[in-house]
Amino acid sequence: MLILTCPNCGVTAEETEFHAGGEAHLKRFGPGSSEEEFEGYLFMRSNPKGVHFERWRHAYGCGKWFHVARDTTTLEVFGSYSAQTTEPPQDILDTIEDRRPGWSPAERPA
Amino acid sequence: MKKYSAFAVAREAMRHHTGWNRAWRDAQPKKRYDVIIVGAGGHGLATAYYLGKNFGITNVAILEKGWLGGGNTGRNTTIIRSNYLQDPSAAIYEKARSLYETMSQDLNYNVMFSPRGVIMLAQTEHEVRGYKRTAHANALQGVKTEFIGPERVKQLVPIIDLDGPRYPVLGGLWQARGGTARHDAVAWGYARACSDMGMDVIQKCEVTGIRQEGGKVTGVSTNRGDIDCDKLGIVVAGHSGHLADMAGFRLPIESVALQALVSEPIKPCMDVVVMANTVHGYMSQSDKGEMVIGGGTDGYNNYTQRGSFHHIEETVRALIETFPMISRLKMLRQWGGIVDVTGDRSPILSKTPVEGVFVNCGWGTGGFKAIPGSGWGMAELMAKGHSPLTEAFGLNRFREGRFIDESVAAGVAH
Repeated sequence: MLILTCPNCGVTAEETEFHAGGEAHLKRFGPGSSEEEFEGYLFMRSNPKGVHFERWRHAYGCGKWFHVARDTTTLEVFGSYSAQTTEPPQDILDTIEDRRPGWSPAERPA
Repeated sequence: MKKYSAFAVAREAMRHHTGWNRAWRDAQPKKRYDVIIVGAGGHGLATAYYLGKNFGITNVAILEKGWLGGGNTGRNTTIIRSNYLQDPSAAIYEKARSLYETMSQDLNYNVMFSPRGVIMLAQTEHEVRGYKRTAHANALQGVKTEFIGPERVKQLVPIIDLDGPRYPVLGGLWQARGGTARHDAVAWGYARACSDMGMDVIQKCEVTGIRQEGGKVTGVSTNRGDIDCDKLGIVVAGHSGHLADMAGFRLPIESVALQALVSEPIKPCMDVVVMANTVHGYMSQSDKGEMVIGGGTDGYNNYTQRGSFHHIEETVRALIETFPMISRLKMLRQWGGIVDVTGDRSPILSKTPVEGVFVNCGWGTGGFKAIPGSGWGMAELMAKGHSPLTEAFGLNRFREGRFIDESVAAGVAH
């Protein structure tokens, strides 16, 4: 069972209080984009075996969205951070580097 | 291969069972194969089997990182049905179901196919309308199903409570020739038949890289050395994204954990399979007497083959309302499998951006029932480059917006 902390209201709770929202930091492609870009945005997911950046909503709390860095093979949570970001903040990356030496941000979804 | 028969059992009984051979050879990897299949689960083995049987391609290796059938093939709840709404789905699942009917004879291996009948309960007005629509669609597709009323449901499943407070049973979609089969036996039977055709089933052989030259596959790297091939089939369910990443393309797939559990064995009390999609639960009784219960998926990406406890609780809580007698059963085991879910909840059987690489994945929460049909279509696709069974399931459907939308049609359990 996951224990997550909502950075919006500061509450730490287990996963039934939250709702998972899929991969984070997707770049949105809309009108005017190529078919490949639009398909990538809508459907293609990195689905990594390891470090994953994802969106969560504090559904039974403050109701707001936030981001979580988590390992999909061990379920270790590296930290949560604001959804108002286009890439993971440095302190989260440092935590991941500390816990997963050799992991490179290049593995992050494009 | 020595044929299994009643006579063989009697003969071996006479000589203290000293004459049985290994069911399949413990093969070592060769330098080169015509076709390599990654993943020795049901779908991978079935693909290899039909490559040999239907197309005479037998220089084939099936690579498995763990043990044979140790992934979702050995973790599912063994339900077989073909009552799908969309035509392409009904075609491939009905092909699979019909192949299950004669599989034990075809493979000379008892897969214990038990066409005991499958009911999908309608517990909301929406489901009643949905299943009536499916029954009409099935009539046009030549799949034998019917919508039945609550009295008939009660007749088929005496232990059911029709008047549950939250989930009353309003009817059901009944497929009389649906049922179950022994999941391990399906993998073992295919492996034995493949090995007999001269194919190499290689266990504990993990693919670590996919080698290509000029956009065409040339082979794979494994923990047991490099192996060359002309064609590569990736049939690895939950780990499809991981393998696609090695080949350099992405898939519209996310991997999540799906759970199941079994109770202690009890006397026979339910001789059909019951699915309750509103409450994310389905149940059947195994030949050993255990109640086999399948639950829902976790909402987040996960490769741990476990799953969250609260999903089990949700499933069991709802099933107890519909089947009050199971409330006092002890649960023996619980496990999870990693399922590969696509946006439209339909599988992908397709060529890929890399020439010679084919994928068969995205079966999500309901791949077991499709094993023979999936193998049949995938083999044709790999041998000939196209197959009527797999045509609609190409990767290009996402770009072109031609979804086979079973996520709405099939509810949750799939």
